[in-house]
Amino acid sequence: MAQANTAQAKTQFGYRRHPDQDRSGANVAEHPVVVVGAGPVGLSLAIDLAQRGQRVVLLDDADRIGEGSRAICFSKRSLEFWDRLGVGDRMVEKGVVWSVGKIFHGASPLYQFNLLPEEGHKRPAFINLQQFYAEAYLVDRVEQLPEIDLRWRNKVIALEGRNDGVALTIATPEGTYQVHASFVVACDGARSSLRQMVGADFAGQVFEDQFLIADVKMTAAFPTERWFWFDPPFHAGRSALLHKQPDDIWRIDLQLNPDADPVAEKQPENVRPRIERMLGHDKFEFEWISLYKFQCRRMARFIHGRVIFAGDSAHQVSPFGARGANSGLEDAENLAWKLDRVLRRLSPEGLLETYHIERSAAADENIRESTRSTDFMAPVTRQEARLRQAVLSLAEDTEFGKRMVNGGRLSVPSVYDTPLSTSDRDDWRGGPRPGASMPDAPVTEQGGSSYLTDVFIRQGTRFTLLEFGNGAAADVPDGVGIIRVGGEGGLVDAQGLAGKRYDAEPGTAYLLRPDGYVAARFRNVTRPALDAALARAAGLN
Amino acid sequence: MALSTSSNFVSPDDAFRAIVEAHRGLTEAQSADLDAALVLVLANHIGDLDVLREAIALAKRRTLDASQQQQQQQQ
Repeated sequence: MAQANTAQAKTQFGYRRHPDQDRSGANVAEHPVVVVGAGPVGLSLAIDLAQRGQRVVLLDDADRIGEGSRAICFSKRSLEFWDRLGVGDRMVEKGVVWSVGKIFHGASPLYQFNLLPEEGHKRPAFINLQQFYAEAYLVDRVEQLPEIDLRWRNKVIALEGRNDGVALTIATPEGTYQVHASFVVACDGARSSLRQMVGADFAGQVFEDQFLIADVKMTAAFPTERWFWFDPPFHAGRSALLHKQPDDIWRIDLQLNPDADPVAEKQPENVRPRIERMLGHDKFEFEWISLYKFQCRRMARFIHGRVIFAGDSAHQVSPFGARGANSGLEDAENLAWKLDRVLRRLSPEGLLETYHIERSAAADENIRESTRSTDFMAPVTRQEARLRQAVLSLAEDTEFGKRMVNGGRLSVPSVYDTPLSTSDRDDWRGGPRPGASMPDAPVTEQGGSSYLTDVFIRQGTRFTLLEFGNGAAADVPDGVGIIRVGGEGGLVDAQGLAGKRYDAEPGTAYLLRPDGYVAARFRNVTRPALDAALARAAGLN
Repeated sequence: MALSTSSNFVSPDDAFRAIVEAHRGLTEAQSADLDAALVLVLANHIGDLDVLREAIALAKRRTLDASQQQQQQQQ
């Protein structure tokens, strides 16, 4: 089988001895933050922290980027995060942009959905991009940031909690060494060894159905849409998924019987006829074949002393819904600014607890959504199968039936119920409520066109007041960014979309958190109200 | 209580009859298919999750009561 096509990205890295390895006992190196695992989550978190001025040690037990079939769908929210990290353009240029999904029942199309049916957003609903490209671009960015010390073939083999941090024992090709960290962030994946080291549980549901993933290379004229079949003619009684990736690679996902023999099913000579039936031809090559079962589970607590878990190490979902990597990236953006504030002693350590509150609720939501999708695809009881069948047949002639068909509900950012939000006091007919992420909108400035998400980045990705002008600019404290839409010298909302998406009237103002979530909103902002909302959003009361 | 359990049909016998007749001539499996579709159509028509949950609870309680009675009779 061909190796995955990684020719366009560097994927092999070398171990290098670090001076920390020559220190021991009382001389052990002290670091503010050690991130374990250089996958998409660990890399993105390290970049975000570094851009905020933090020094980060990033450890990975391998010396290469893993190939093969892993995450491919990256959401609008993830792209907006990557824009802040300076890698969004590269991801989108390489990726396959899509927003439409089609559901088929048997041979006929049942319905289609558009995940971003409106104009005026910088980023599309999704791109498909092989995870190894995403990681390679993130590593390139890491290499531009002197604050990040990325150490390959450094494997954490023991950790010990201390009052003011964590002592890590790290194995390398040249033996073991120790470092001390004020905080450790474990981004070391679903089989996290750090999770075992802190003795945390990882409870949840295991699904019995097996799925076969084949990435095939072929030139095909299928549109760049997500196609999902229930009971297709080429794979009777089961489900199937077809999705395009860059480099003429297509992801095919076939549901197998629970009792299918994994060894036999994986053989290319057994997979080939299935794919031939699906595509109607044999002009393809395999890039990758694997079989998987999946689990939906999460840690009870994402924070264990000074060890914080993010991404798959903290939560795992079924793949239908693109909620794995994307939720890990949301973890990273949620944690980075909080950890930065705590390390700078601008906020008390309790601010980190809101990372657990917000992201464990998001994990519950992702698990709920992906479990529902999985149950719909693989009904457990005969009556469940009967109800599923009724939905599929009702979907042929009713709108409500179409809406009940669940071939995967794709990742959207969670809305947080969080102590960091200031409850609405004014009347709102729309716009993002506190705890929701900022909607994008096109704006023009000094003759050029831009987007609110970009202006937010230029304001420093910090607490920022987004204000819809009515004359005098609002009085904001030092260190708080300001974006003015309308009014003298403000951004021009030429299409009126910013105003519409934020339910704006003259004087409306939104306080945005450094991760681009709404902390508070006001019809007429006063300095005391803003100060109170800021203090709350920073975990200061 | 949001779920209405007072009699809503002018002629309850006609309503019951309509459902019974829909099942006439069907096998058990076909009847079960019909019920599944019918439940979904009616649930959507109600369009209120709280009412649906109350309806499920009411229906389920009767099923459980019936099976408990059966068990007691067997003892």
